[in-house]
Amino acid sequence: MEVFLQQLINGLSLGSIYALIALGYTMVYGIIRLINFAHGDIYMVGAYVGYFAATQGFGFIPSLLIAMVTCAVLGVVIERLAYKPLRNAARLAALITAIGVSLFLEYGGMMIVTPQVRTFPDILSNKIYPLMGGVQISFREIIIFVVTITLMLLLQFIVHKTKTGKAMRAVSHDNEAAMLMGINVDNTISATFAIGSALAAAAGVLVGVYYNQIEPLMGIMPGLKAFVAAVLGGIGIIPGAVTGAMLLGITETMVSGYIDSMYKDPVAFIILILILIVKPTGLFGKNVREKV
Amino acid sequence: MIWMQQKKNYLSMILTIAALVSIWALVDYLTSGRPPILSGYYKLNIILLCINIILAVSLNLINGFTGQFSIGHAGFMAVGAYLSAVFTQKIMIVETIAAVTGLDPTGDVARTAGLLIAVFIGAMAAAVVGVVIGMPTLRLRGDYLAIATLGMGEIIRGLVLNIEYVGGAAGMSGITQLSSWTTVFILTIISVVVIKNFINSTHGRACISIRENEIAAETMGINTTKYKVLAFSIGAFFAGLAGALHAHYFYTIQPGTFNFLKSFDILVMVVLGGMGSLTGSIIAAILLTFLSAALQDLAALRMVIYALLLILIMIFRPQGLMGNKELSFATFGSLFGKKSSTGGGEQRDGSQSN
Repeated sequence: MEVFLQQLINGLSLGSIYALIALGYTMVYGIIRLINFAHGDIYMVGAYVGYFAATQGFGFIPSLLIAMVTCAVLGVVIERLAYKPLRNAARLAALITAIGVSLFLEYGGMMIVTPQVRTFPDILSNKIYPLMGGVQISFREIIIFVVTITLMLLLQFIVHKTKTGKAMRAVSHDNEAAMLMGINVDNTISATFAIGSALAAAAGVLVGVYYNQIEPLMGIMPGLKAFVAAVLGGIGIIPGAVTGAMLLGITETMVSGYIDSMYKDPVAFIILILILIVKPTGLFGKNVREKV
Repeated sequence: MIWMQQKKNYLSMILTIAALVSIWALVDYLTSGRPPILSGYYKLNIILLCINIILAVSLNLINGFTGQFSIGHAGFMAVGAYLSAVFTQKIMIVETIAAVTGLDPTGDVARTAGLLIAVFIGAMAAAVVGVVIGMPTLRLRGDYLAIATLGMGEIIRGLVLNIEYVGGAAGMSGITQLSSWTTVFILTIISVVVIKNFINSTHGRACISIRENEIAAETMGINTTKYKVLAFSIGAFFAGLAGALHAHYFYTIQPGTFNFLKSFDILVMVVLGGMGSLTGSIIAAILLTFLSAALQDLAALRMVIYALLLILIMIFRPQGLMGNKELSFATFGSLFGKKSSTGGGEQRDGSQSN
């Protein structure tokens, strides 16, 4: 029971990080039907920007904000340069481009910041609070929950209460009709990339703070896992991404806690394949039949 | 008319065979002298080139011709590599053959026979894995299939990583070098010819029709699931074959060798060459193998160049170098010969060439 509760807390903090990344995946997929492979690498860039800000003496909140703004800009630049020219091309062309952008960020990043693993500066205290029966929660985990929940509420507000959010929903529902209604589709898509990338950057900084180390290829696995989470919840559906991410985070820590941490990656992908086979639209998705 | 066509085919066939034999003899001459004219480093890259050709051509069968976007090719490679290595290192296939037939276990005959058996078993295992994975996942379309195959590749790697019998994370080392230039070259030719003939057969045409329009193909009475799984498992077979050759040339195999960056490497070759062009894949495999050999010491730069290549190809020439055309002697002939009214070498149909 103790192990279970402890792993549950670990799972929820891991799940929160996946959720922040998965939101960007799911929003981009919802609006232009593209699996943005580079998303995990934007998370990596976010972690590095946070690292450099923190080593310059900025505190946690300023570092987080600097990373989020930088990655929002990066997301928009990537969208304009690499994805926009392909918006009307075959979907696979865009997918291959996304793989290209991902490799570019990984290895371009590696050339700039060198492949060495860096230790993230201690910008948050590492105080540990005991809960009942030997279960512990650290201050950093609490910060992860607080930041994640705040950002999700903010996202919910943007998507449902602002004009941009309304435009995003309209474009994801029907691109052409939205255009006919006078919505600037290009700007809306850019806004989606900006928001998604900012969330990924926040996840990057949180991971840096939580695990204390960052490296240029750190985005690959969490990126793929977050994608699994998005598919698990039903890609394109915002609450689905969060649910899927939490489920995946908890499953992974449970596998690590009870079986062997070496099996956590295969298990995540087995879940993905099972979901795709049994219910390809995910937990929250509706089945859409293809019309001839 | 028909006999003229046939005569032309014979001519290009003879030319092809002559070209292949001279390539074989040239490389053999350059690498086997004592000391060889080209150092072991060149030979290694030439072997790698052949393995890459097999990988690119087999992935092209799945991605380019059948239109099923797979990015887990390295997983099949891993199956072939590991299983064949188990057969030669743990089950001692070469020694068993030698004991049964009374051949010298260090002689070429026993070694080649052992290699071929191990390679075949590795490739068959990869094909079986391909069927098992293909059956459920090939119902998915487009990017979902891509993700499922990527996940599958990672699952295979994750499982290999956890099996202590094959060395776990450290992998297997000290594998006997059974592959030689001759065996690798011949198996490469066989792979390309088998895939080319498959594409030009009824079955291959069915696969191409699935690529063009799956629903239309189904309406015309093509069992799309069957052909998708067939193409997938043939692709997997040759990926397993390439993996087995790889294991028996480079002494060591590790789970990390077969991660999804390897799959992306193969994908870049297929995309650069043109999805749906075998000669395109071969040309791209040659170009990229030389490129990565030239950038050996700059691994990060190499990947950046790969990445930019992918992006720029997709934006400016999404069909790749060759599109879905094939390069053949007929193409050269019509380029230098009279310009026909249909536009010289612009053959759209692979069945005409070679």
